[in-house]
Amino acid sequence: MNLRRDVFQAIADPTRRSILMLVAAQSMTAGAIASNFDTARPTVSKHLQILTECELLRSEQNGREIIYHLNPNKMKEIADFIEPFRQMWDERFNKLESVMKAIQNMSNK
Amino acid sequence: MELKTKIQAEDGKQEIFIIREFDLPVELLFKAYTEPEIFEQWMSTKVLKMENRSHGGYQFQTSNSQGDVVFSANGTIHEFVPGHKITRTFQMENTPFPVQIEFLEFEKLTDSTSKITIHTVYKSVDFRDQMLKLPFAQGINMAHNRLQEIFKGI
Repeated sequence: MNLRRDVFQAIADPTRRSILMLVAAQSMTAGAIASNFDTARPTVSKHLQILTECELLRSEQNGREIIYHLNPNKMKEIADFIEPFRQMWDERFNKLESVMKAIQNMSNK
Repeated sequence: MELKTKIQAEDGKQEIFIIREFDLPVELLFKAYTEPEIFEQWMSTKVLKMENRSHGGYQFQTSNSQGDVVFSANGTIHEFVPGHKITRTFQMENTPFPVQIEFLEFEKLTDSTSKITIHTVYKSVDFRDQMLKLPFAQGINMAHNRLQEIFKGI
């Protein structure tokens, strides 16, 4: 199994990136994670399963709840963790560009 | 689609460079960083304080749908040269990460294009690497952003 490719595939999905961001800020239960999305709960569960399988998340049973933690050690090689970091900044900057373009167009009218 | 953002991070160094060219005049690029209402839109965080001057301070905060604060950061602005340069510290609150220093340089390429170079220096190589491993903690998230938009519409 090509684990590295799996990590990239996991990160390529925007919902999964959002889940990672949420869990990076604080460990959360599956229910709390799902409450942040419009998506149906089983879809969120599927995303959680993929993230857990490629070890980006670690799950812990706590009574009836499962708590998800981020597993940052998964990304050991610098090349591995630079890419998601770059994607995050690229998305952010794309947003900046589109926000400013809208402002620019408005003032040109 | 190819990413327009470049990251330079050498192994074993405690610094990184984030470089990006924009199809925007440098004045607008600088404005995106210095007008709180605009900054909030693309960074998806709330600006509690933004004093754009030397010795000024800034504070960002993001809450989740339950109203809990999931991210907060602050820093001091050391140097502020309109349209050219911002030198500032950055620290995530309630995390083990120490303060980092950021050198933001804004460059005019042509009348309608510009470039930003963010040079960040961390306390140690380990802290740099740990910070890069949390690409998701630093920015706030799209889900929150979307919820905020929904709330704004109510």
